[in-house]
Amino acid sequence: MTGPDTTSPFVKETFEGSQELASRHDTSPEELEREVGSVLRLPESHGVEVSDLDVERPDDETMIINMGPQHPSTHGVLRLMMELDGETVLRTKPVIGYLHTGMEKTAEELTYQQGSTNVTRMDYLSPLNNELVFSLATEKLLGVELPPRAIWIRMLLSELQRMSSHLMWLATNGMDVGSTTMMIFGFRERELVLGFFEKTTGLRMNHNFIRPGGTAADLPDGWEDDVEVILDNVTARLSDYDALLTGQPIFNERMEGVGSLSAEEAIALSATGPILRSTGVAWDLRRTMPYLAYEEVDFDVIIGTYGDNFDRYAIRINEIRESVRILWQVLDKMPSGDYRVQDKKVTPPPRARIDESMEALIHHFKIFTEGFKVPEGEVYVAIESPRGELGCYLVSNGSSKPFRMHIRAPSFVNLQSLPVMMHGGLVADAVATISSVDPVMGEVDR
Amino acid sequence: MGLEDLQHNFLTGRVEDLVKWARRNSVWPVTFGLACCAIEMMSVGAADFDISRFGMEVFRASPRQADLMIVAGRVSQKMAPVLRQVYDQMMEPKWVISMGVCASTGGMFNNYAIVQGVDQIVPVDVYAPGCPPSPEMLLHAILTLHEKIRTGEITRRRGPTSQRPEELAGWVPERPDAVRLGTPR
Amino acid sequence: MSPETAPDELSLPGVPRSTSADGHDLVFPDRAAYHDVVSAHREAGFEMLAALTAVDYLGHPGRPLPAGVVPERFELVVMLLSMAQVRRVRIRVQVPEDAAEVSSLWDLYRGAEAMEREAYDMYGISFVGHPDLTRILMPEDWEGHPLRKDFGVGRVPVQFKHAPGPR
Repeated sequence: MTGPDTTSPFVKETFEGSQELASRHDTSPEELEREVGSVLRLPESHGVEVSDLDVERPDDETMIINMGPQHPSTHGVLRLMMELDGETVLRTKPVIGYLHTGMEKTAEELTYQQGSTNVTRMDYLSPLNNELVFSLATEKLLGVELPPRAIWIRMLLSELQRMSSHLMWLATNGMDVGSTTMMIFGFRERELVLGFFEKTTGLRMNHNFIRPGGTAADLPDGWEDDVEVILDNVTARLSDYDALLTGQPIFNERMEGVGSLSAEEAIALSATGPILRSTGVAWDLRRTMPYLAYEEVDFDVIIGTYGDNFDRYAIRINEIRESVRILWQVLDKMPSGDYRVQDKKVTPPPRARIDESMEALIHHFKIFTEGFKVPEGEVYVAIESPRGELGCYLVSNGSSKPFRMHIRAPSFVNLQSLPVMMHGGLVADAVATISSVDPVMGEVDR
Repeated sequence: MGLEDLQHNFLTGRVEDLVKWARRNSVWPVTFGLACCAIEMMSVGAADFDISRFGMEVFRASPRQADLMIVAGRVSQKMAPVLRQVYDQMMEPKWVISMGVCASTGGMFNNYAIVQGVDQIVPVDVYAPGCPPSPEMLLHAILTLHEKIRTGEITRRRGPTSQRPEELAGWVPERPDAVRLGTPR
Repeated sequence: MSPETAPDELSLPGVPRSTSADGHDLVFPDRAAYHDVVSAHREAGFEMLAALTAVDYLGHPGRPLPAGVVPERFELVVMLLSMAQVRRVRIRVQVPEDAAEVSSLWDLYRGAEAMEREAYDMYGISFVGHPDLTRILMPEDWEGHPLRKDFGVGRVPVQFKHAPGPR
């Protein structure tokens, strides 16, 4: 059997050929070896023989089912094909590409000033982080140094964004596991943060605020009070979440021991972020390869022990607490000054100046039509997004548009750990495991 | 909203009005959140913007049980047949709201990968622009849809606007099947 | 755990190297030596493959390369990360258009699987030894490799705008 019954008109259109999961007889031994996932560079004594994988199991004992791409789990258009033996998941194959937008191709058509509008829509749960990594890469190529206030404003927004992304994750994870109350709670908190973003950047999502050279505008007056309101509310309500979920026996049964991953597997599969930290590896780019001003703030890197779903939940809810801690420090230490670099060739002039100065008008015109030119070179910058290492590889040919922009999306790489996590588990745990990987399909497919 | 806005005595009123009232007060959307607009759609379902006051908080996963498909997000070439398949599985009467600019026209992504407007695949009733449309805008789109259901204009969407022939005398509309709708009351 | 050898002390004879603008080491093996060079880096403590992508240099005026490296149309860029030494290295391999094949890193790094599939889908570079080299982002029956420079953006003409072209 090479595929489903293709005589029906509906099935023919959605059959993705060799991208789908094939039955065992059509699968190569290496692919079956991947099923177990632990055949890494371990010594031979730990290796798994292909014969152990029960290749001889007849086809009618296992069933290949399809989950998605339209399904009620709120993680977007991810299609999972699972091979089941009864209720046990044997092999899983994520089929992605249902949200492929050609953003890397679009980036070659947009100037660097416009680039953040494109990049921001990749990881749509933390758009400011995408803009941040793109702007950092552009600034490295340009060779400009940012004023301190721009750096701290970016850090403020990045941590608020991390908080809102983790709150969203708590909401959707809670709902996937069955707790609709958590969904309502998470969105309620998130509205506070989004209200602040709307006041500062003008939009609730996809802000296009962090641009090469700094930020688009300064923080509004009274921002400290707004941030304090958010921090007080979130701190108080985090204890509500603990009461609702952390100690609750049903939640513990569903999450503990489910979807576990070992540290060697996580490193081999290039998983980063909460997935890697849940296995016990203390790797957080904010601490190990600091960017912005993360060396000047005090925070802990949360790591887990078992690499299961519960560890990832605990890491994320505690990362909210750490973000709150960082934000209190940012409130204290925010410097005054310019919110963007004062290089006229890069930063557009303030609107009022355009009426007064011819030079300002010309600069504005050049920056917004042709764009500023970036010297030739290539650079790779990585930051810690709520999902892991978000990297931007930028190649410039000296013109005003990127020659090549590649975003190393954490969810794209983290999805590879999903089959390993789900192997041997029950199909009812599949939703909880997918949710704990926290994929955002916008950045998976780009 | 409720029985009070029926124009006639309930007992002798038209059955059609009753049916339309029932239909517009319990439109159940199918979960078709694709990208960033899906997050705003979820915000509409949450407590701050509460779609439940319109009877719509039950997002049905199965298209067989749903009335409305809110296409929230950009539709890629790979997703297009899936979209059509889900639309075909829905039972009549069904409506489509195209949420966001990517679903309406392809948005900022005028390239090889994105279908330039979901109306190339399914017939759309209400377009809600925005990138993403804020929850209030989506609620406006939903209320516009309710208004269309209430006035029955939805059943006339394929024909020309021939309501007031004296006003239209001599006027050749650019798109004969365009329906002009005022702000819902 | 292997001893902490910095790549400068790695015996990689004949492989050109330089440093990039952002302070990362750049290594330029040719296609034949590529797998061995990555393997040597893995032995030396680069446990994680951070990213793998490709660039199409068609139409590029000319990029700075160290002596002994022949520029080709495609360049495969591999970013390795050493968590123990907290450093990154970038390995750039020139891939010619008429022989767009390199060996796969799947046997060294399991995480290379999805990244190589994406490079294959977007550029048409084949990876020898990859267990499942199929398209990952585009539909199965798609023709062409979208991120190549000779593959157009696919812009649809929009009313009230002038002739289509780059903005």
